[in-house]
Amino acid sequence: MAAPGSFWRTLTAPLLRENPVTLQILGICSALAVTTSLATALTMAASLTVVLTLAAGLISLIRRHIPDTIRLILQIVIIASLVIVIDQILQAYFFEISRALSVFVGLITTNCLVLGRTETFARHNPPVPSMVDAFGNGLGYSLVLIFIGCVREVFGKGELMGRQVLPLAEQGGWFTPLSLMLLAPSGFFLLGGLVWALRTLMPEQAEAPDFAPPEHREAAE
Amino acid sequence: MADHDRTGGWRGFLAQPNDTRFKTLFMALAVSVGCAVLVSGATVLLRPIQAANRAAEEQARIEALVLGIPGMEDLLSEAGGTLGTVVVDLDAGRAATGVTPDTLQTALADAGNWSAIPPAEDLAGLGQRPDYAQIYLLRDGEEVSLVLLPISGAGYNGRIDAVLALGGDMATIAGLAVTAHSETPGLGGRIEEQGWLSDFPGTRTHDADGNLRFAVARGAASSVYEVDGITGATRTSSAVTRIVRFWLGPLGYGPVIDAIQRGDF
Repeated sequence: MAAPGSFWRTLTAPLLRENPVTLQILGICSALAVTTSLATALTMAASLTVVLTLAAGLISLIRRHIPDTIRLILQIVIIASLVIVIDQILQAYFFEISRALSVFVGLITTNCLVLGRTETFARHNPPVPSMVDAFGNGLGYSLVLIFIGCVREVFGKGELMGRQVLPLAEQGGWFTPLSLMLLAPSGFFLLGGLVWALRTLMPEQAEAPDFAPPEHREAAE
Repeated sequence: MADHDRTGGWRGFLAQPNDTRFKTLFMALAVSVGCAVLVSGATVLLRPIQAANRAAEEQARIEALVLGIPGMEDLLSEAGGTLGTVVVDLDAGRAATGVTPDTLQTALADAGNWSAIPPAEDLAGLGQRPDYAQIYLLRDGEEVSLVLLPISGAGYNGRIDAVLALGGDMATIAGLAVTAHSETPGLGGRIEEQGWLSDFPGTRTHDADGNLRFAVARGAASSVYEVDGITGATRTSSAVTRIVRFWLGPLGYGPVIDAIQRGDF
């Protein structure tokens, strides 16, 4: 269990091979909502990774004493408290970004990715592997958010992190912003395209037509 | 349970099956107490920084509101770049005696300086309002050419704070800035968007007979007394109507506005 190689595997598996967003289609609501610009996507990704890692650690610590009857509510209470703390920190130190994220930080609580990892992994594994797994899943989620955030900001506004990268037509350049990129549907299109691309490159990710979910994976929302 | 090397009673307790009623209750209590401490700690520790952030943002919005009104930039730079700040006595309709902007916070901490609003007249859903309020004036020579009135009231999800700018005739809205709200994002939350707020300048509040006519329309505005409503946010729109009407009325800034019209300020 504690071999360095297995940690490395736990950490890197969720990046591409078992990416929680593209393979398990978990946590896509926020992935679509906050990716209109790279800055908000980065903040959301960092917040979710921190919440997920800490929640997995805490839940793993008390995993042997969680009564089965109230296990979900215990996990949600822990996750929600961490989310409130993160939200308060954002409001104190990243005020502008916290306004841009508005309710979506609060919605980390209901992000199926978080509960999915704590329920399936952290509840059955010691704290360190749980946190490594949670951190890896957080990174996998972040990767997708950053990719979609980059594409949407570059093609929607011609900017990256608020800096102009493509000269706009109205300012004498050649690029006409695609306003569609800033609307929610483009998030679906991009995510769909990304899933398709990944499953073409890695055919083993494609689901069989008569898909029976493996026992250790939770269904998407 | 072997790794919990504690006193016998404690270990015995932890060794109980997880699903006994007592342990279930204990775990629920322990987790909620732990989380409550975590959340309250973070809130209390970070509140001063958040309050400073919000105050800075409110100031920035007031500035942006003034600068967004045509012609105000010149007046503001003539006035030395700052707005005149006056604490007014809302009942008497004149500048307050003995309360300055610096001592306003202290005065408002005293419950004696608040008046209950009769439910029938409590359009804004406030319950009570302070007797003193800080307003901002911008003068062109001796004439008051712009007055900024902080207003607030109950919205759909919580309190809405805003600053209403009235032009020199005290019956034309020069602008509105929403400084704080907790309306539904994407619906009522759009009250803070420029696209909607830009509909306010030029809207009349009173007709020629002095009747208060301002309203947020349901749908598109049909008269000079109305601004467009927000689709899907009927409750928020009507809250804005009621808040503006309350604060322009006799229990709000009415007496102050009359005094400014008489030239008392």
